[in-house]
Amino acid sequence: MAKQDRTTLTEFLLRMGDNTLILGHRVSEWCGHAPVLEEDIALANTALDLIGQTQLWLGYAAEVQGEGKTADDLAFLRDAWDFRNVLLVELPNGDFGQTLMRQFLFDAWSSILMPRLATSSDTRVAEIAEKAAKEISYHVERSADTVVGLGDGTEESHTRMQAALDYLYPYVGEFFLSDAGDAAIAAAGIAPDPASLRAEYDDFLDRVMAKATLTLPEDRFTHHGGRNGEMHTEHLGHILTQMQWLQRAYPGNTW
Amino acid sequence: MVAAMNRPSTDQVWEWLGEIPDPEIPAISLTDLGIVRDVEWLGDTLTVTVTPTYSGCPATSLINMEIETALRSHGIDKLDLKRQLSPAWTTDWMSDEGRKKLETYGIAPPQPAGGPKACPRCGSDNLERLSQFGSTPCKAQWRCRDCLEPFDYFKCI
Repeated sequence: MAKQDRTTLTEFLLRMGDNTLILGHRVSEWCGHAPVLEEDIALANTALDLIGQTQLWLGYAAEVQGEGKTADDLAFLRDAWDFRNVLLVELPNGDFGQTLMRQFLFDAWSSILMPRLATSSDTRVAEIAEKAAKEISYHVERSADTVVGLGDGTEESHTRMQAALDYLYPYVGEFFLSDAGDAAIAAAGIAPDPASLRAEYDDFLDRVMAKATLTLPEDRFTHHGGRNGEMHTEHLGHILTQMQWLQRAYPGNTW
Repeated sequence: MVAAMNRPSTDQVWEWLGEIPDPEIPAISLTDLGIVRDVEWLGDTLTVTVTPTYSGCPATSLINMEIETALRSHGIDKLDLKRQLSPAWTTDWMSDEGRKKLETYGIAPPQPAGGPKACPRCGSDNLERLSQFGSTPCKAQWRCRDCLEPFDYFKCI
């Protein structure tokens, strides 16, 4: 593989793996704190699937990068500016409703992207996506149901879900921003152009929000800067201090 | 080194693998679960191909260790464990024997319809779902409305 191609593919894989890593870590923060036991277990299981997918994406990223690193090196030894996740996944959990709204906004995107990646020209990408797609279709069923249940629930839960949607929606646009790297990846048949997923995503959100009696903000303004590494929110550094402290304090330590 | 003449047949290896219990659900074996995809001799090295149930399942590394320990105890010292992601594991690969053992153990086996057919304790079909998720990534929580017992359901994927 030419050096330029390798750099572009590594960047794509980091974007995939960093999304699942940071969201997985965020969701795992609920472990032992969820409102009921069943939800606690559901959140922990979702986080576990996301971390599993991270191992596959970052494991492949490390191989393609060719610097002798592992998935663990990439997860635990990079600093905030090297992360390529969208800003949405690093936002704070807020209340249970906000966590599930964020999960739905992510799952909806992921559930549209993954079946397309399963036909990627890159065999490894296709294999990872095939595996992940099964888990994601399960996640989106639950997150969509919960958004509907809480949105179309009590006055209190409805108000909270609308506030969560108003807060999070200005971050979803970042999923669909394309840059030169995305164009190269799309041209090579590795992944679709991110912008090409927007119509299906909007349609999905319209349907779920209508059932949930929630109103999608009209403004399409989007925060961005995570997936291209320009500027993360202040929250990412805080996540990393917790996620990485052990490897930082005791370098190379193993379980 | 195992000489070609007296190296165990792949059928024999499958039989040994069928004796290794799943670390999370010891009632069924690794072959009942359908995660062993291939057993093959390549020269003097035995290659065993395993597919994960869920990408983040913590039992995966333990399963590999148990396979290694079991096969070494049968005298196989050149062993290559391969991970295969595609085709992705499906509960369709679970053996009929495995399904029966699960039910006897108290876990409702996976059904294409997406929910358990009957309560593994009293056989009633008057059931309700408590949670899509359960104590391991491969299970969900259900309850029988007749005997009121909660039970695990092996998710169908």
